[in-house]
Amino acid sequence: MNKIVSKEHFSANVVKLEVEASLIARSRKAGHFVIVKVGEKGERIPLTIAGADIEKGTITLVIQAVGGSSKKICDLSVGDEITDLVGPLGQATHIEKVGTVVCAGGGVGVAPLLPIVEAFHKAGNRVIVVLAARTKDLVILEDQMRANSDEVIVMTDDGSYGKQGLVTHGVEEVINREQVDMCITIGPAVMMKFVSALTQKYNVPTVASLNTIMVDGTGMCGACRITVGGKTKFVCVDGPEFDAHQVDFDEMLMRLSAYKDVEKK
Amino acid sequence: MTTEELIAFRRSEAWREELRKSKKNKERADIPRVHMNELDAEYRSRNNEEVNLGLTVEQAVLEAQRCLDCPNPTCMTGCPVGIHIPTFIKYIEKGEFKEAAKTLKETSALPAVCGRVCPQEKQCECKCIYIQKMKKEPVAIGYLERFAADYERESGQISVPEIAEKNGIKIAVVGSGPAGLAFAGDMAKMGYDVTVFEALHEIGGVLKYGIPEFRLPNSIVDVEIENLRKMGVQFIRNCIVGKTISYEHLQEEGFKGIFVASGAGLPNFMNIPGENLVGVMSSNEYLTRVNLMDAANPESDTPVLFGKNVAVIGGGNTAMDSVRTARRLGADRAMIVYRRSEEEMPARLEEVKHAKEEGVEFLALHNPIEYLGDERGRVKQMRLQKMELGEPDASGRRRPVPVEGAIETVDVDLVIVSVGVSPNPLIPSSFPGLQVSKWGTIIVEEASMRSDLQDVYAGGDIVRGGATVILAMGDGRKAAAAMHENLKG
Repeated sequence: MNKIVSKEHFSANVVKLEVEASLIARSRKAGHFVIVKVGEKGERIPLTIAGADIEKGTITLVIQAVGGSSKKICDLSVGDEITDLVGPLGQATHIEKVGTVVCAGGGVGVAPLLPIVEAFHKAGNRVIVVLAARTKDLVILEDQMRANSDEVIVMTDDGSYGKQGLVTHGVEEVINREQVDMCITIGPAVMMKFVSALTQKYNVPTVASLNTIMVDGTGMCGACRITVGGKTKFVCVDGPEFDAHQVDFDEMLMRLSAYKDVEKK
Repeated sequence: MTTEELIAFRRSEAWREELRKSKKNKERADIPRVHMNELDAEYRSRNNEEVNLGLTVEQAVLEAQRCLDCPNPTCMTGCPVGIHIPTFIKYIEKGEFKEAAKTLKETSALPAVCGRVCPQEKQCECKCIYIQKMKKEPVAIGYLERFAADYERESGQISVPEIAEKNGIKIAVVGSGPAGLAFAGDMAKMGYDVTVFEALHEIGGVLKYGIPEFRLPNSIVDVEIENLRKMGVQFIRNCIVGKTISYEHLQEEGFKGIFVASGAGLPNFMNIPGENLVGVMSSNEYLTRVNLMDAANPESDTPVLFGKNVAVIGGGNTAMDSVRTARRLGADRAMIVYRRSEEEMPARLEEVKHAKEEGVEFLALHNPIEYLGDERGRVKQMRLQKMELGEPDASGRRRPVPVEGAIETVDVDLVIVSVGVSPNPLIPSSFPGLQVSKWGTIIVEEASMRSDLQDVYAGGDIVRGGATVILAMGDGRKAAAAMHENLKG
């Protein structure tokens, strides 16, 4: 069960795993996530699915080692099994033809963005991808993005590749250049907060895919709750995608740090 | 044989008659009700050991003598799973404890669990002739149930109920909590090929993630699950029906009947300011972290907040479980905050008593209206509105109304909200055509637990919205009987 069939290092801390999970591969759609637990005493953490191969019966996960639990997953080798893997969870991305879509991804958020880019492109949209990373080595999935979109703009903080600047600079450039009907953003919470603030200024409807703390991932615990349009929502069952302009990102950032003081190594 | 005939037949067996005549009813009635042996309150409030220790053999036999073996045992009418109560009790009196356990297992898939967590005072025991006619304390049916189940388990010779010849018909169960397990047990006994699908990584549902170790040790639950495995029940973990596998997929796989027992699910919040501060969480989250994920153990990767001043909002059994857990995790001050008076609390009296003994404070007639946080967004205080009781409301309980101007502020670093749950829409929304009520519970025909979809039955909290282990098990048994009736044609 849940055997790792291939592993690729995107960078020192970012790993792509292809995992046997035939039922999930068959039922997942763009936007869905899984809950992963490594070891008997492991923590349950949510990971957005980056792709699937129905014939091989595998799903793809891209993980960045940031804490103890994500590091445990990154340390797994080909042939190892993930102790527990469940999904697909959450609501799938609503895909339709809207016109021109800007997809803004940062960090490992680029991985779950890929199936969404593919789906919007297939649905006949003009899709422009803005990929952001700190430096050239951290830019991931550029080729796959190019193959599934009309244009890819790469932004790096240090200017070592593509254009120098933040993801918001890339998005703003597109908005100033042409009519944009929709924006989708996945990445660190802070990045999504700024993308959302920018597109709100230009009145571009924006969807953000959120990654919060979860335990069960099925609506049972409420650890993932956030405020959207003044109402409390559960990211696991109501999301993970929400109207970014309605999301209280400051509260979300605060809640993401809930266990900072007691986190285990 | 009907149940009535079976009761009469068993009661008329020679050994039962002899046993009945061995003591006068007056003698039996003069025996005082046994007290449960329990751990010292100070000691237990700092660890996770089971509080109730069970009865000794002598205590159990003496308590069993109190039972008058009524010709018309009213106690049985109070049991949702229809345990043959006088029969198992008389086996205990006779000293045949394993026979007593066997009797329990005829109708209950989880006797050691029920003997611990059933609210017997609201079920079988409140129908006992002692309380109904004689103004005396009822026979301690729950304690005796636990005794028989524990005796059998500890003997190492656990009996596996008789299984009818396999009929090859595949049945799916959604959820491995009490309703699902009771259903699975009955269907397996009738020869069906039963597969239970569980969303979490552990089997047992609320028995594992919800009820704490000090009230129901996981090892006890595991033994009962192992027994179901021996009966041929298959368990598949990490599989969410409606997500991982669809309803149609189950049908394609040849499942002829599906029993949905997915539980209540979504925790309710009060929608008051500050409720999303760090350190405010649902009892489901708190208990799941501690019970299922073992978060208080340094070996576990899952974190939990260790509060020093902990408030638990609510007055039910889950609230008691949460507050007693917080005390065990080192809270100096562990408080129950409840908007009605203590008299209206839905928690079992035993839980309230245990909580008090363990040093839990009860702030009855207090209702939180706001939580205040520090500069990092962590809860530091709660504002409580004092209440008083007004006229009775729809539930028949006196309605709590605010006392104008009476607001106090209390320091807290952890708040656990335990004000009920709502049905999880995950299952209903993934079964096209399934009818749900305005509360989101699955609508079933009461006698059969069958839904609008002819192969789908449902029971437990997904139908009731929030009830007890034993009522869920009763639903499971009812659904099994009805599904069997339907499938045998």
